[in-house]
Amino acid sequence: MSVARSTSARKSSTAPKSAKKTATSKEKGRTRPPAGQSSAEHRGDLLEAMLRIRRFEERCVELYSAAKIRGFVHLYIGEEAVAVGINEALTPEDAVVSTYREHGHALARGVTAEAVMAEMYGKATGCSGGRGGSMHLFDASRRFYGGSAIVAGGLPLAAGLALADRMREQPRVTCCFFGDGAFAEGEFHETANLAALWNLPLLLVCENNLYAMGTALAREHAQTDLAMRAASYGMPAWAVDGMDVEAVEQAASRATEGIRAGTGPHFLELRTYRFRAHSMYDPDRYRNKAEIEQWKARDPVSRLTDRMRENGELGARELARIEHQITDEIDRAVESAEQAPEEPVENLLRHVTSARRRVVS
Amino acid sequence: MGAGGTEVSKTTYREAMREAMREALRSDDRVFLMGEDVGRYGGCFGVSLGLLEEFGPERVRDTPLSESAFVGAGIGAALAGMRPIVEIMTVNFSLLALDQILNNAATLLHMSGGQLPVPLVIRMTTGAGRQLAAQHSHSLEGWYAHIPGIRVIAPATIEDARHMLAPALADPDPVVIFEHGSLYNASGELAPPAAPVDLDHAAIRRPGTDISLIAYGGSLPKALVAADELAAEGISAEVIDLRTLRPLDTEVVTASVARTHRAVVIDEAWRTGSLAAEVSARIAEESLYELDAPVERVCSEEVPIPYARQLEETALPQIADVVAAAHRAVD
Ligand SMILES: Cc1ncc(C[n+]2csc(CCOP(=O)(O)OP(=O)(O)O)c2C)c(N)n1
Repeated sequence: MSVARSTSARKSSTAPKSAKKTATSKEKGRTRPPAGQSSAEHRGDLLEAMLRIRRFEERCVELYSAAKIRGFVHLYIGEEAVAVGINEALTPEDAVVSTYREHGHALARGVTAEAVMAEMYGKATGCSGGRGGSMHLFDASRRFYGGSAIVAGGLPLAAGLALADRMREQPRVTCCFFGDGAFAEGEFHETANLAALWNLPLLLVCENNLYAMGTALAREHAQTDLAMRAASYGMPAWAVDGMDVEAVEQAASRATEGIRAGTGPHFLELRTYRFRAHSMYDPDRYRNKAEIEQWKARDPVSRLTDRMRENGELGARELARIEHQITDEIDRAVESAEQAPEEPVENLLRHVTSARRRVVS
Repeated sequence: MGAGGTEVSKTTYREAMREAMREALRSDDRVFLMGEDVGRYGGCFGVSLGLLEEFGPERVRDTPLSESAFVGAGIGAALAGMRPIVEIMTVNFSLLALDQILNNAATLLHMSGGQLPVPLVIRMTTGAGRQLAAQHSHSLEGWYAHIPGIRVIAPATIEDARHMLAPALADPDPVVIFEHGSLYNASGELAPPAAPVDLDHAAIRRPGTDISLIAYGGSLPKALVAADELAAEGISAEVIDLRTLRPLDTEVVTASVARTHRAVVIDEAWRTGSLAAEVSARIAEESLYELDAPVERVCSEEVPIPYARQLEETALPQIADVVAAAHRAVD
């Protein structure tokens, strides 16, 4: 397998360009729709999906302050383009493995705002029956495998999902989200090695938001070019502008095409930023205002909105309609979570072992 | 070595375990074996010797040295409908995969509100006695038995080595199997099973009336020899094999103590916080008024298991220690 080179300088180029630059000769031969060809309607869907995540989480902030939601809550605000862009390249048969910062991944995957919100409330109707909370969202019917609060803990599991597909020759992709912090864990390296060695249909999506809690990238990595390091395992690896949903989608499609064609795992480093603190508990003392403002200027939501406006693809009225519809959806999710029954304490010991366990005697 | 045959055959614990895996691989194409050196090498303890030739490298899969990755991959494959048997060379190395076992395998069902059962089997060797020194000799079964969400079994006999794997694979939840390294060469007659093997109940391996010797895994043979020695002195010892360390079958233990009124718990782990501690506590909770003597425990000395033969022997529970403990209880 030939190895793609990532661009090494963070500032150097935009994603589609860098992706083209780093294509292997085999991949170059494949025809891909040129950038900018996707329709206005499609861009509208991307915008709506990002806005759903943004507004959902803004509501979470309010609900957290009102003590309706407790526990650790990690917001994705600023990173929406990653979840939405990646999801565009996946089919319902594909699997997604996520982290504790997974509201965006879950919503993009189609887990309903209602089911996610109910879980945040710890209600019986939540997508994990009230056992998981914000950090442990699951939806087996959508092949959404959570929801893990152990940094990098989902990576080996994702390799296993991909292994099962490979062994049964299922043309499916497993997508695993993780952060730059996770990249420093042994799990990432063990999994990258195993996946490349066994040619697994695995899409490794590193959300490089420049911080692992309060530790900046350069303070956690001896070599900060993550795509280059991933490429050293013998897999195609690209760095992508994670603030541009269309660039993310394009890179993801290219990667999943490669994976579906049997060329094994692919790695995407999404260069992104979280606009808010690591979690609701974090006073965010390790970043300066200027840096945050600089990244906010690249807000993926306003960037797409502006692009669509300039193209004449989005009027104020249409935007208001989308906003209104999402507000409605979230209102209903909150209302339904408020009304939803609590999981009875009599059920405390449920789901420790399977109820359907066959007692052999 | 037929499984379903009717003849009694001579075999070893190692071959019995291998035959169990061969049967599993033959009868269910979702089953595959994965671990370090399970293929070309034939398994670090020779358990999987020949399986690669029979089933090929897809289903008898050599993994890199990556305990966390391949145990986690087993979890993922199980979630996706496979029935992986993951082998970890020894319990000492399983600590590198403990995160996957505890934080993923054991918790996914619960955290997902029942959506994600993990039908995974993990096998590993445990125990000391072969002068392998501390990093290859520990008995951490009790740590695993501490964890809700997994089942922990310790086949101590050839029959159990041969017949516990199938129900373990049929279990929708993760099952961790501990094979004591000193048992692999044990040989004996293997009769066709009278009934399907049971993962829920302890077994009485030798009935007795004066004292209950409660053991599991590698300590069972020691308890049985101790019972012979006690019998020669006229003390009738009942030997209980716990077999399943989680969930513990306290009924068999309670019933035994109700008959004998004395108990010795034999456990190769360190006494502090051991499975023996748990069993003793259960006896105290459930059978205190049946006891005619304090519960005795025979465990390893609180020291990393040393290399030198005489030091290792002294550190480990020995037959004489069991006999002496029984005397203290009976006299
Ligand atoms: C194994 C482990 N170590 C430490 C933590 C505490 N922790 C939670 S999030 C986090 C930072 C992870 O950063 P990164 O992977 O970059 O993801 P991000 O939060 O930026 O999305 C840490 C250290 C943990 N949850 N798990």
